[in-house]
Amino acid sequence: MPHRLGVADLFSHWYRTFLVVIFIGFFRMPHTPPPLDNVLQSLASRWGTLDVSTYRNQTRIVVAESVSLEVLEFLKAEGFDLLVDVTCVDYLEYRGALNRYGLVYLLTSTTTNQRLTVRVFVDDPTPCVRSVVPLWEAANWLEREVWDLFGIHFEGHPDLRRLLMPEEFAAHPLRKDYPLQGRGERHNFPILTRHDG
Amino acid sequence: MALELPENVVVSRLDELANWCRKNSLWPMPFATACCGIELMATGASKHDLARFGAEVFRFSPRQCDLMIVAGRVVMKMLPVLQRIWLQMHEPKWCISMGACASTGGVFDTYAVVQGIDRFLPVDMYVPGCPPRPEQLIQAIIDLQDKIQREGTISGREFDTVERQQRKRALVESIEPLTLDASRNPLLQQQFSLQQLSGLHTNAPPLGRS
Repeated sequence: MPHRLGVADLFSHWYRTFLVVIFIGFFRMPHTPPPLDNVLQSLASRWGTLDVSTYRNQTRIVVAESVSLEVLEFLKAEGFDLLVDVTCVDYLEYRGALNRYGLVYLLTSTTTNQRLTVRVFVDDPTPCVRSVVPLWEAANWLEREVWDLFGIHFEGHPDLRRLLMPEEFAAHPLRKDYPLQGRGERHNFPILTRHDG
Repeated sequence: MALELPENVVVSRLDELANWCRKNSLWPMPFATACCGIELMATGASKHDLARFGAEVFRFSPRQCDLMIVAGRVVMKMLPVLQRIWLQMHEPKWCISMGACASTGGVFDTYAVVQGIDRFLPVDMYVPGCPPRPEQLIQAIIDLQDKIQREGTISGREFDTVERQQRKRALVESIEPLTLDASRNPLLQQQFSLQQLSGLHTNAPPLGRS
């Protein structure tokens, strides 16, 4: 007589594998990361009062350009070991804006799932911050992209070349005062006719 | 003097014979940069079967091709490459501008996208569509075959006509400040020196100053 599967078979033989997976998964469910209070306090004790704001459980701090590298180095030592992104916003003619460019550093701790956004504001005529490539190698191309499109100079970057636009391009096209259709660069090529080849 | 010929002998001009050979063995160079390239692949695949028109031999070396199919948008970084590939192709050669982006820039009216390859290259056929159906591309190839049969010559004299030397369209936009620096791009330098040698005109003053 052939064997029929019963309830007991769920707990025997290879069906147990499923039970173990479900068991582990139950304890590994995504948990809310611990609050950032400790980090913010130690930051404030070292660099004075910080501009901290929270929106939908996302915390961001504003750091002066003069101490940005030190703060980011401190945050990396505090456990924010992953640099998710470096990008920039041009606040030209933005209502209530005090500075022209706002750099964005998105940090994540891979051990505690904490996330922190660090803002650094810089201004014309020579927007410049110190590079974080010594801290995170991932910043290399991210900072090149910001340099390419916004013209923010990263001091200490090992290889600050354009990343997306052609090398002979001389403008920074994501600045708000750059026209969407460009300044004629896209028409500036030699014209080939049938005589040329 | 009337010449008696047997019934199984056909008399033709040498031009006609060359055109007949050329039009039925177009070897395309697929310059596919965007979604038009997918339709181009579909055109070459078994369902639409470009082999019916003798144009199924896609080659990725420009030295072996005589029909360039530009399928997709061309950006500033790509245009010098496109021009170099065009110059590397052997005569006689033809160019199909496939789709709205290659022909006019399409919806990408932005700083980095070339607004139609015919501003910088000689184009023989335009295919409308976004992207065009394979049938449209096939129709363009058939039309090109007709064109080759109609006006082709064995020595390629038809390429030297004044009409073929002119640009298709006039540029309406004015070039204001010059923001390209050719001294940093050897490919551009080479092309501009070539342009000066052959006495061509561009729509912009020569580069080199910034």
